Amino acid sequence: MKIKSQKDFWSGLMFVVAGLGFAAGATNYTFGTSARPGPGYFPFGLGILLALLGALVLFKSLSVEADRGDPVGAIAWKPMGLIVLSVAVFGAVLPRLGLFLALPILICIASLAGDEFKLKEVVFNSVVLTLGSWAVFIKGLALVIPLWPAFMAG
Amino acid sequence: MDLLSNLALGFGVAFTLQNLFYAFFGAVLGTLIGVLPGLGPVATIAMLLPSIYALDATPALIMLAGIYYGAQYGGSTTAILINVPGESSSVVTAIDGYQMARKGRAGPALAAAGLGSFFAGCVGTIIIAAFAPPLTELAFKFGPAEYFSLMVLGLIGAVVLASGSLIKAIGMILLGLLLGQINTDVISGVPRFSFDIPELTDGIGFVAIAMGVFGFGEIIANLSRPAEHREVFTKDVKGLWPTRQDFKDAWPAVVRGTALGSILGVLPGGGALLSSFAAYTVEKKVRGRADEVPFGQGNIRGVAGPEAANNAGAQTSFIPMLTLGIPPNAVMALMVGAMTIKGIQPGPQVMTSNPELFWGLIASMWVGNAMLIVLNLPLIGVWIKLLTVPYRFLFPAIMAFCCIGLYTLNNNNFDVYMAAGFGVVGYLFYKLGCEPAPLLLGFILGPMMEENLRRALLLSRGDWSTFVTKPLSAGLLIAAVLMVVLVSLPTIKNKREVAFKEED
Repeated sequence: MKIKSQKDFWSGLMFVVAGLGFAAGATNYTFGTSARPGPGYFPFGLGILLALLGALVLFKSLSVEADRGDPVGAIAWKPMGLIVLSVAVFGAVLPRLGLFLALPILICIASLAGDEFKLKEVVFNSVVLTLGSWAVFIKGLALVIPLWPAFMAG
Repeated sequence: MDLLSNLALGFGVAFTLQNLFYAFFGAVLGTLIGVLPGLGPVATIAMLLPSIYALDATPALIMLAGIYYGAQYGGSTTAILINVPGESSSVVTAIDGYQMARKGRAGPALAAAGLGSFFAGCVGTIIIAAFAPPLTELAFKFGPAEYFSLMVLGLIGAVVLASGSLIKAIGMILLGLLLGQINTDVISGVPRFSFDIPELTDGIGFVAIAMGVFGFGEIIANLSRPAEHREVFTKDVKGLWPTRQDFKDAWPAVVRGTALGSILGVLPGGGALLSSFAAYTVEKKVRGRADEVPFGQGNIRGVAGPEAANNAGAQTSFIPMLTLGIPPNAVMALMVGAMTIKGIQPGPQVMTSNPELFWGLIASMWVGNAMLIVLNLPLIGVWIKLLTVPYRFLFPAIMAFCCIGLYTLNNNNFDVYMAAGFGVVGYLFYKLGCEPAPLLLGFILGPMMEENLRRALLLSRGDWSTFVTKPLSAGLLIAAVLMVVLVSLPTIKNKREVAFKEED
């Protein structure tokens, strides 16, 4: 069996797995009857529908010839890892270290994901964005965000 | 004449110095938060609710309404400039608007959006004034079966506008509907798919998904390409103003969008959102000039039509709120809350018991729309300047604003983590050629769809044929089937594929 469209093969697989996963999860909740549908009724039906559709996509990916095998291509691990990491780190440190430290950390890690990293520019960017965010979000919109590390503010 | 005297009463209220000020303040604030991706009108109105205790009911509601349509407008600005729809109803605007911006035509796109919205706003105001009572009766005719069928139609409409494979687009809708199932069941109160995480019992935030998939996912995808192939903008910006040809192309789309939006907006359940999707679908079906830019590559009609529709829909969605007390969306729910804070029971009696509030609010919508256009047209140049910033400065800025917005949604870091996760998912979708817009729509409509399906089945005692035996519902479903058939016809299918062909 030869995969004729990489993209469709993997998306089909994704749909099947997600559909079955949701359907299986839905069995934990009362299914009910058509006359009295329970909390599991709709997600179970949807999950099965999605799995069937995914199977159809899978079948097509194995049978219908696609343009040059429709490859998925290399995965950009570095930008993906760094962008996600920067967001997660921001989420983790903001409540503890406050905006004035969390934002420059976010910007530095995220900037590493780009292909031109110039320290001067990143520092400049951090300062401008942090001050700008402070002006807009804290001064302008009066949002409640911790600004300084917890031990200093306390 | 009733209409004229009512409007005269309304404008008398709206043109007091105090109310003008609040309308202006609301519109400015709304635009600002709309432009900042992620900080939506819901969060802002919720934050401002305590402060309206000090205000009278009329200025308070006028200000909240200003925030609402200001944010709608600002949301379109980010959709066009950085492909992050600030509001769910501007998801469609991003499709062609962003492509226009990439080709150096951000100015015309923003102007078309602004002028289209203004026109729609004017018409919407008149429609509310003239038709509020009879249109309310139409909405009464909609039972759960009809709502369900309407949402099916709306979702199928979304498929038609997804690029690439039809089956995959339907798959994305289903995936979105399933993601919308992560919540607490409205009928039985059982938390579903929450894995005992308390934050998940309220459901995943729309903003977390939108920012993760559209914001972070897009940034990863952009960075993974070599700099010269990056999906950013041409440096030469061709004029801030639409050309004569643009006007010629856009105005019929604006009229059609306005008509659609005014009708769909009345239906409680997603007026502005559904109407923008429907308008885009209609524009794609309407034959344009022979040499016009294909849809999905920066067609001005794809911006003007949906923008007009969502603004008209945003206006007329006040009808069910003001007349029935049914909030069609989260913002309206907060408006209902604000009315109750001020001791006004929302419902049909508002029109007779508080006529100056009712008509003043309607008149102030027109005033607010006029203010928006005055405010925003000169600012187009400023927004465009933003585009000339190199990407290595731009993407950390987008990320900073998104992250702050995410954190302030619920003032905790859970949404930040969710969005980080959805960034990976978004990149995966990009890699697999799955269009994320239908997913988002499915996600929003999911809970409403389930509720209406289950209510309809309860009412029919488990008989599924209720959806086809009710004439209104059957008509909507037939329309949905027709759409699928039309799109799968070989000739149209080929055209559609050409229209969506990526230029990489």
